[in-house]
Amino acid sequence: MKFAVIVFPGSNCDKVLYYAIKDGVKADVEMVDFRNDSLAGFDAVLIPGGFSYGDYLRSGAIAGHAPIIPAIKEMANAGKPVLGICNGFQILTEIGLLDGALIRNKNNRFICETVPLKVENDQTIFTSEYQQGETIMIPVAHGEGNYYCDDKTLARLKANHQIVFTYEDDINGSVDNIAGITNEKKNVLGMMPHPERALEELVGSADGLRMFQSVLKNHMDRVNQ
Amino acid sequence: MTLVKVYVTYKKSILDPQGEAITNAIHGMGFQDVNEVRMGKYFEISVDESSNTLKEDIEKICDNLLANPNMETYRYEFVDSEAVQ
Repeated sequence: MKFAVIVFPGSNCDKVLYYAIKDGVKADVEMVDFRNDSLAGFDAVLIPGGFSYGDYLRSGAIAGHAPIIPAIKEMANAGKPVLGICNGFQILTEIGLLDGALIRNKNNRFICETVPLKVENDQTIFTSEYQQGETIMIPVAHGEGNYYCDDKTLARLKANHQIVFTYEDDINGSVDNIAGITNEKKNVLGMMPHPERALEELVGSADGLRMFQSVLKNHMDRVNQ
Repeated sequence: MTLVKVYVTYKKSILDPQGEAITNAIHGMGFQDVNEVRMGKYFEISVDESSNTLKEDIEKICDNLLANPNMETYRYEFVDSEAVQ
């Protein structure tokens, strides 16, 4: 299985994500510059955290018009795994692959700490190695992670089990404490917390590793069928 | 030359923590009559020719880039930029 890590100007979690795949789950991974317009040969796309284009205009707004974006949309439409973390989540909402928007944290503060998340749906390709309702410890690092969507969208997310992670405490004002959601087909996941920063106990938590293991395992299971 | 002024603001339902912080600072300056500040963005777009599709073009630019319709609204006005100078 081959993963692409997209690199925008201002991405800063790209190398950790690369490490998560290469050394964490020992799969093929390549950095892909935002100026490319093809993702041929890749099985999954990872959009890293950071501050693409310095968060000018809105977080993720300018990155949403980069040359690589149509190729990411193609991967998503083809049912391949697309994972956006932090700024990656913001970009996925900006390009319409995920519902809602990320706005400034309710308390106006940049939050940088490891927080408990609840696994709300263990039936996705990203979460099959977790248990339904399990609490996992994952670091967050964001100033604009306050998830917003209107009531109609929220009802749809709930009905279709698209809410995958919630914060156990209200850390940023997100609607229903939402920390991560998928698209309707559940092959696109966006989340503010950083699983790639929780790969081994040495750094405080190894709970993030199972997300990458889930994606790899589900891919291999499908290939071997 | 036409100058287009675009104003982007949060929808009423959206919390504006920056606006709240500014309101608090204004109260700190002693202006207790100020009830609320909502912060937005202002753009000046200079366009070469005023074509027939200018209005549509500006709306596309706003819908797809300058504003996020999930949380923001916008309004715009055209100004004859020669007159401005």
